[in-house]
Amino acid sequence: MPSVKIPKKSTFVDMTPFVDVAFLILTFFIMATKFKPEEVVEIKTPNSVSTRELPESDAIQVTFDSTGRVFFGVLSQKDSEKYDVIKHINETRSLNLTEAEMRNFVRTPSIGVPFSGLKQLLAVPQEDQKNFKQPGIPLDTLGGELLYWIRDAVGTFTGKKLQYLIKGDNNAKYPAFKQVLIAFKKNEIFKFQMITMLEDAPAGSELGILRNREKAASQ
Amino acid sequence: MASIDDSGGGGGHKKGPGVKKAKKLSTAVDMTPMVDLGFLLITFFIFTTTMSSPTTMQLFMPKDTKDEDLNKAKESGALTIMLGKNNVVYVYRGQLLPDASNFHTTTFKGIRDTIIQMKKDVINAHVHDAGCTKIQEEAKLGNPNVKPPILPDPNWEKACLDKDLVIVIKPDEDATYKNTIDILDEMAISAIKRYAMVDLFPAEKELIKKTEGGN
Repeated sequence: MPSVKIPKKSTFVDMTPFVDVAFLILTFFIMATKFKPEEVVEIKTPNSVSTRELPESDAIQVTFDSTGRVFFGVLSQKDSEKYDVIKHINETRSLNLTEAEMRNFVRTPSIGVPFSGLKQLLAVPQEDQKNFKQPGIPLDTLGGELLYWIRDAVGTFTGKKLQYLIKGDNNAKYPAFKQVLIAFKKNEIFKFQMITMLEDAPAGSELGILRNREKAASQ
Repeated sequence: MASIDDSGGGGGHKKGPGVKKAKKLSTAVDMTPMVDLGFLLITFFIFTTTMSSPTTMQLFMPKDTKDEDLNKAKESGALTIMLGKNNVVYVYRGQLLPDASNFHTTTFKGIRDTIIQMKKDVINAHVHDAGCTKIQEEAKLGNPNVKPPILPDPNWEKACLDKDLVIVIKPDEDATYKNTIDILDEMAISAIKRYAMVDLFPAEKELIKKTEGGN
């Protein structure tokens, strides 16, 4: 029997399509990634079925962590607005902040110190602030210092529609939340938005049925 | 894993005896390290990406008015939910009886059924009146001007059946923020239109303490 000559094949595999796919996926993830702004405290927010989107600017954000420390922040696209807020607070609370310290506030995402410690915190460059021990803004049943933060920030944004965001940790106790609400209420603010993570409405519930109807209507 | 170039040697023109054969180099580049790097980066981005973006949940609080009659609810349609320690939920209908016989202990899993049952009972006990016609009209037309728009309700005739239902939420000092959000979420899930978040009465506080101590 004549032997059949089997041609010797190369083991080389063309990797090019593989590379193409890999980099396509890579590009997608780079585009889709939005880095979280660095926070002074890590907050794990609860889930809710609410679908409202989080506003990115023109908002005041009050954050409280699991130990009840309260932080205050202003979300604004314009640095000048944040500068106006701290300038206003500097005047009303007579804090004697320097120009550089007020500029530093603009880059600071959130503040968690009493007014007495604000000068010290703002003397630290923004990158090093996470090493600065922040005890939280003092709060009591009458609103505490948070009351003044909110009042002065609202005063600066007059004529604009401000949103009031509350971000709380899963394990925070209810009294912390209540005191934050009191500070807002004392400023005649009664409409809040709590930051949560989205979860689906349970199937078969009234909301679930409504959502399905809305989906069908939009198609 | 570089490829072995075995195509260059054999073929080609015969050159003169003195001419050196120039080795033909392959243009194929080994892609393996590039793939490695690509997937490494993909893995990194997958881990750092937070796909679900945060959403917000709206809450309206009432003004602290002393006018209690303003917010008086029908007793038959009131359900009080109290949030206690360790994710325990306490619930009673209408007024709290002196012997606390209508005071029940449940969990976040069980509370949804309680709310749905309560809603059913309120709907069954519903009596039509003038205010109802207006609510029905509103539900029939919907409201496209608000965000998100309210769709016209195909079951608009049933829209006001639960108008007497009021849920009162009373978180205890030991309740967590998550508990509070969860119970507000239950209101959205079961489509409860009227609910309020208030403080506990001293009698209720004591009752919760007693129940917690007994367990």
